[in-house]
Amino acid sequence: MSEASHALNDPWSTLARQRAAMSFGVWLFLASEVLFFGGALLGYTIYRDLYPDAFRLAARETDIVYGTLNTAILLTSSLTMFVAERSAHEGFRRTSLWCLAATLALGSAFLVVKGFEYYDDIAKGLFPGPAFPLQPAQTQIFWAFYWVMTGVHAIHLILGLGILAAMTVLLYRRALPPQSPSFQGLALYWHFVDSVWVVLLPLLYLIGRA
Amino acid sequence: MTDILLDSLPPAKPANYLEEGHTLASWLTTTDHKRIGILYALSITAFFFIGGIAIGIVRLELITPHGALLSDDQYNRLFTLHGIVMVWFFLVPSIPTTFGNFLLPLMIGAREVAFPRLNLFSWYLFVAGAVFTVYSVIAGGVDTGWTFYTPFSTLFSNSHVIAAAAGVFVAGFSSIATGVNFITTTHMLRAPGMTWFRLPLMVWALYTTSIVMVLATPVLAMSLLLIMAERFLGVPIFNPNNGGDPLLFQHLFWFYSHPAVYIMVLPAMGVVSEIFTCFARRRVFGYSAMVYALLGIGVVGFLVWGHHMFVAGQSPYANLVFSFLSFMVAVPSAIKVFNWTATLYRGQISFEAPMLYAMSFLGLFTIGGLTGLFLASVPIDIHVTDTYFVVAHFHFIMVGGTVSAYFAGLHFWWPKITGRMYHESWARFSAVTTFVGFMVTFMPQFIMGYAGMPRRYHVYPEVFQIYHVISSAGALILSVAYLFPLFYLPWSLRHGDRVGKNPWGATGLEWTTPSPPPKDNFPRIPRVDVEPYAYHPVGQSADTEGREPHRPQREDA
Repeated sequence: MSEASHALNDPWSTLARQRAAMSFGVWLFLASEVLFFGGALLGYTIYRDLYPDAFRLAARETDIVYGTLNTAILLTSSLTMFVAERSAHEGFRRTSLWCLAATLALGSAFLVVKGFEYYDDIAKGLFPGPAFPLQPAQTQIFWAFYWVMTGVHAIHLILGLGILAAMTVLLYRRALPPQSPSFQGLALYWHFVDSVWVVLLPLLYLIGRA
Repeated sequence: MTDILLDSLPPAKPANYLEEGHTLASWLTTTDHKRIGILYALSITAFFFIGGIAIGIVRLELITPHGALLSDDQYNRLFTLHGIVMVWFFLVPSIPTTFGNFLLPLMIGAREVAFPRLNLFSWYLFVAGAVFTVYSVIAGGVDTGWTFYTPFSTLFSNSHVIAAAAGVFVAGFSSIATGVNFITTTHMLRAPGMTWFRLPLMVWALYTTSIVMVLATPVLAMSLLLIMAERFLGVPIFNPNNGGDPLLFQHLFWFYSHPAVYIMVLPAMGVVSEIFTCFARRRVFGYSAMVYALLGIGVVGFLVWGHHMFVAGQSPYANLVFSFLSFMVAVPSAIKVFNWTATLYRGQISFEAPMLYAMSFLGLFTIGGLTGLFLASVPIDIHVTDTYFVVAHFHFIMVGGTVSAYFAGLHFWWPKITGRMYHESWARFSAVTTFVGFMVTFMPQFIMGYAGMPRRYHVYPEVFQIYHVISSAGALILSVAYLFPLFYLPWSLRHGDRVGKNPWGATGLEWTTPSPPPKDNFPRIPRVDVEPYAYHPVGQSADTEGREPHRPQREDA
């Protein structure tokens, strides 16, 4: 059995067809994800329209250093993921493995930086509650969205890291051939999670600083 | 009919999907879409009866106007349980996950769905969601109503909102996975020659439903996540004390929950389209109009959610637009009703149980749809908002429509799924009893609702008692009618007559393969060269399948 036919799953007759279906299915899922984040973004938009001053005030308190660092880390991870996926597609197993490992490291680094940021935020009392340091009360809405949206993004990243780690191990052990369409699906998802961050960055870190 | 003769010869066929392993493990690890359909069917049947018992107690309570049986809190928790379980754990998954899973690959001539393992995973997600929900019930229940309205659900309710919302959240992802799977399957796995406009209407209905599932469900997921965050973390999102807007939650919630009505009813429309054509022996009237009507309902259905908030403080201009769009969505629905009627016209109709159920669908859905127009009209809606009129309206659509179609499909495809025929007389009896029980239950609710009986109250003015008593009596009839199939269908598994490939003489690829189908559905992938519902040549009258034909009313016409 050749490596390529090993990647073929029921009910597909050719790998090309299976790859097209994987890509199609993941795009559909991402459409669903866009509407998932869309619900929160709609809420954010409406409140920002209602309370523009409170939102500017509140957004000034986010930590731009951590935000910028994390943007750089995540965009770089998209690059390594892209190389990993393309080289897997071409059958360059070793390049792919190195790039997957790099992506794994960068994704984890993002979470570590995010952890430090959360720690600082909490130390500054920026979790909404009775002792919230900012006024007016609507600033707490901004911070509610900050915690929910970055939290949901982080959960997406953690899920992505889990799948990424599993597939890296499978590829390393040769249990999964590099031609497997799953790498393409993983890459699409990974790039989507990055794109969400690219939207969150201006909404949460940049608006108060113009 | 020759099929039956051939099939009664000694079998030389491959093992069918039911014989591919008899252990529990073989079922719980299966990736066969047919088995997964059955796993879903068993799960949702359990939930149908949980939701049914809850509303049975509610109807018992409502016989007297004084709230004699239950406390206020118990009453709130019971109708909430009924709503959450029936909407998310029966109606939404009902037809797509059972008949959809079982039939979609068969109908398009495929061996499997596009992602078989994802399909199994989605069932486990459903079960996980069910576990959360059952936990919330055992822990004491939820009292918010199935709509989880803020700020009650976030600031005031002392019940298990987080567990229930988490259950719905998880089950929602099961819906999304099913939707992704069905859309990809329809696009990528159609048999050679199975062009888009040769697809059975059931497939179109599942396809449209899947699109709505994929695009609407995530918004519900986010709105529930925001509630859970507000309750669990204490962050203010809908809290008016911090400037939050409770109406925003209603917008997000209904952006899913109105399209969810179409998730429930579109597959039902697919089911009855198959049945009307088969039992009238007719081509479907206006196939392409039927397809565009399905898609039209799917699209316009996304734009009508605001009609749930006519009295909630929404701007009058928004009310006007949503009212107009709600009237618009009735147009494709009406096209479908007229086309089914035209399909029946001059058909050679026979009244087997699936047809009786489908006929109830047609009548009840029409009443439900027309009363929907009352509610789309702002002045009338202001009069009947949150009354039993609304309750009656949506039960006509969801129970009269979807549940009737579910039972219609269950009887229609029962011989295909099990290889055995159910007991026809019992089935007809339960179909008629369902219709009678339904009408007795819900017709009085229109009247008392219009007269001012609000929903969700168990202490009410005595003037409404007579309607409540009639309605509760109807509920008793209805519950008996729903229990019948629970006895005669399993009975048929052992004692029913064995059937061949095509006991109804129906068109469609699922009827060209043995009953029950082999694991890979078809011995060879079929090639399609006819349009759907080719029951008779174009321009000729319906065929009679060897029966004495019904004579036209005016022989000379």
